[in-house]
Amino acid sequence: MLTVSGLTVSVRGEEGERAVVSDLSFTLARGETLCIAGESGSGKSMTSLAIMGLLPQPQARVSAGSIRLGDLDLTALSEKRMQAVRGNRVAMIFQEPMTSLNPVLSIGRQLIEAIEVHTNLSGGDARARAIEALKAVRIPEAESRLKQFPHELSGGMRQRVMIAMALALKPDVLIADEPTTALDVTVQGEVLELLRDLQREQGTAVILITHDMGVVAEMADRVIIMRNGRMIEQGTITDIFERPQVDYTRELLGAVPRMGSGRAVASGKSAEPAKPAAVAEVRELHVRFDLHGGFFGRVTRRVHAVEGVSFSIAPNETLSLVGESGCGKSTTAKALAGLLPYSGDIAIGGRNLAGLGRDERKAVRRDIQMIFQDPYASLDPRMPVGDLVAEPLLIHGIGTPKERTDRVAALFERVGLTVDQMERYPHEFSGGQRQRICIARALALRPKLIIADESVSALDVSVQARVLKLLKELQSEFGVAYLFISHDMAVVENISDKVAVMYLGQIVEMGRSEQVFANPRHPYTKRLIEAVPVPDPARRRTRFARLDSEIASPVRRVGDPPAKLLLQDVGDGHLVAAH
Amino acid sequence: MTTPIAPDAPITAPMPAKRRVGVLGRLLKRPLAVIGLIIIAVTVLGAIFAPWLTAYDPNEQLFDGLTLEGAPLPPNAAFWLGTDLLGRDLLTRILYGARTSLIIGIVANGAALFIGTLVGVTAGYFRGWIGGTLMRFTDLMMAFPALLLAICLAAVFQPSLWIVAMVIALVNWVQTARVVFTETSSLAEREFIDAERTIGASTPRILFRHILPHLLPTIIVWGTLGISTTVLLEATLSYLGIGVQPPTASWGNIIFENQTYFQAAPWLVFFPGAAILALALAFNLVGDALRDILDPTQRGRA
Repeated sequence: MLTVSGLTVSVRGEEGERAVVSDLSFTLARGETLCIAGESGSGKSMTSLAIMGLLPQPQARVSAGSIRLGDLDLTALSEKRMQAVRGNRVAMIFQEPMTSLNPVLSIGRQLIEAIEVHTNLSGGDARARAIEALKAVRIPEAESRLKQFPHELSGGMRQRVMIAMALALKPDVLIADEPTTALDVTVQGEVLELLRDLQREQGTAVILITHDMGVVAEMADRVIIMRNGRMIEQGTITDIFERPQVDYTRELLGAVPRMGSGRAVASGKSAEPAKPAAVAEVRELHVRFDLHGGFFGRVTRRVHAVEGVSFSIAPNETLSLVGESGCGKSTTAKALAGLLPYSGDIAIGGRNLAGLGRDERKAVRRDIQMIFQDPYASLDPRMPVGDLVAEPLLIHGIGTPKERTDRVAALFERVGLTVDQMERYPHEFSGGQRQRICIARALALRPKLIIADESVSALDVSVQARVLKLLKELQSEFGVAYLFISHDMAVVENISDKVAVMYLGQIVEMGRSEQVFANPRHPYTKRLIEAVPVPDPARRRTRFARLDSEIASPVRRVGDPPAKLLLQDVGDGHLVAAH
Repeated sequence: MTTPIAPDAPITAPMPAKRRVGVLGRLLKRPLAVIGLIIIAVTVLGAIFAPWLTAYDPNEQLFDGLTLEGAPLPPNAAFWLGTDLLGRDLLTRILYGARTSLIIGIVANGAALFIGTLVGVTAGYFRGWIGGTLMRFTDLMMAFPALLLAICLAAVFQPSLWIVAMVIALVNWVQTARVVFTETSSLAEREFIDAERTIGASTPRILFRHILPHLLPTIIVWGTLGISTTVLLEATLSYLGIGVQPPTASWGNIIFENQTYFQAAPWLVFFPGAAILALALAFNLVGDALRDILDPTQRGRA
């Protein structure tokens, strides 16, 4: 069906041309799923753009090799003829369903337009085809959905619309570039299952580009592993997972966090009978945002982002908050870090923040530091990283300039950076290095609690594994407690002592890591755990957990607060909400 | 808390001093910036030393400065840039006029920039009712015809150079405020500002160390653009009789006095016009270079 041979893609930069994909060859048969896996910068996205003829112009070009679709050489086609192929015979789904649909056009209009461009169908027939496509991706009430705009749909729904659009014309090849990376796990499961079903029905060949080995194991017939623009290994799914030939593949597979391999230390540590005083004690935390509406801009509705969350964290302990987007986990973190107004009680080291004056509060806040999700966005790009790490010390007036420099140098070495890197600026570092800088910065004040808000989510798996290891080492060294916020159940199981599962602003289940993962009691927890793709092709599931309806909304009318969930102890501190 | 973790860690040279030396040094390495600096220096020196550089008085109507028919003289050996309609030496008037124009271009424009930045940053960072009030006021000022406002203000006060400068500053800050507001409000949403708050950074620190450096490129661009705008606005005011009072020279009023004779005596408009253009260009060149130098991401990756 699709034959790629000797494909080389070059990008012109300041230092001349550089190959970002070199000498890549593969074939794709009808109905087959080929996964291209690799870390960022491995050239996997460039490959897909080359096949689509969408390489960024004028910097990138196919400098050697050919891409043949049937007996058509795609690299030799003019842009005009390529347009006829694109969408019609080769279709693509992008990573971000938020940005790949035009926000000012209704989804019906976008779908029908795509159909009309490539077929002779018009008006009513195109519309019928669009409805059919939406039904195929299991969007309920397809007809009325045509009038909706992208912002009215959830992320999962939007990605389904994208798939509907890609498959409406029954293409021979579908390229899905990280189609589920931006989605929640339960939604990810659904979308993957949908892709598989549609492929079976229509015989479409799929190229799935992903960094997630769990998704690979779930979906692939064959796998290509790429690194630095080169294919370093290819084989059937069982070959790659059971008999990897190349060291890099083994490393990549080894770095993948796995469920069910929770560390034994967790149980050892939590068995300590004498419970030390909590570092942070959160009681009945509420965060609500007012929505103004109506003619006079009165408060008509409220977002109940966090509704009565309570937990405590002991020194040297890691509590994870898990849940899907919009469940309130990041809002909880921000309230704790003092970035959002809240109601309820937060006590740090036994002192309730509510009763303190400004200066005292600043002093207490010193004990909580935060590491953000995106290391590219959380460092001021105009400051040398050494100054950035020294800044908290400077602000709190700790030490002389020389002592500060010494301390920063020591921190740099501790997190695995070198002292001479202190004078550089954030943009000169990779994502993993930047996250290390953020960690050094958070550690500078020797806090009692570090909040890590999705701090490893943006990193490649191998980098992620090293940063997690560093975090664990620092915990045993400094006795710092972590509040770890993540959507990734596998990572959470590996790092946590305690886990709290959040849904719609409330905790539905909380307990020690092994309690929650080995014996999930709440249906939502069960579904979350089931939805995680397992990086083992032998344990591929036939059915994914399915959501029957859209997730309920935390937006409610004024005077209609959600019912408070009561947590019951089902044994040994394992709390579960009534359901 | 103050004990150093590793006292024997290698110490690097303190950075700030090194960087400050670097800015001027790097500026001098750029040919275009050097050209700009030279033009600015020549203008400033010319304005200061005007009495020593020219033999004529700027306001004196010279007997041999006009033809027998009473027409102005084109550039010649005695009057290098020619004479104006009243027989005054144009070079002398441009040199003295540089004093007025530099004060307007730098002081008035600088004041406008300062007010605009202050309003924009305050409104953009604090939002709420403070921001709302400030920005509505800015919108009001924008909608109000600037010239009309200037005329009103100038009519209230006795016209003098400093009053004119103040009037121009009060009229010209709005655009800067609007642009700075937009940038500040998007900066304030960036994650690194949240990160600063979590380490306990005070509001002044966030504003001065983390917001202002990011606004510099915008402020520099508006500042350099503002020089020609303000110099010309002063000329407009002079033309309406509410600017710098004749016979005091300014580049703007030389152009306005003579523009109707443009076809008969083009040098009268050309030379002061070229002076404004050169000064604006010079500040642009320096500003551009400064913007690149101050942006660490523009430097090569190590």
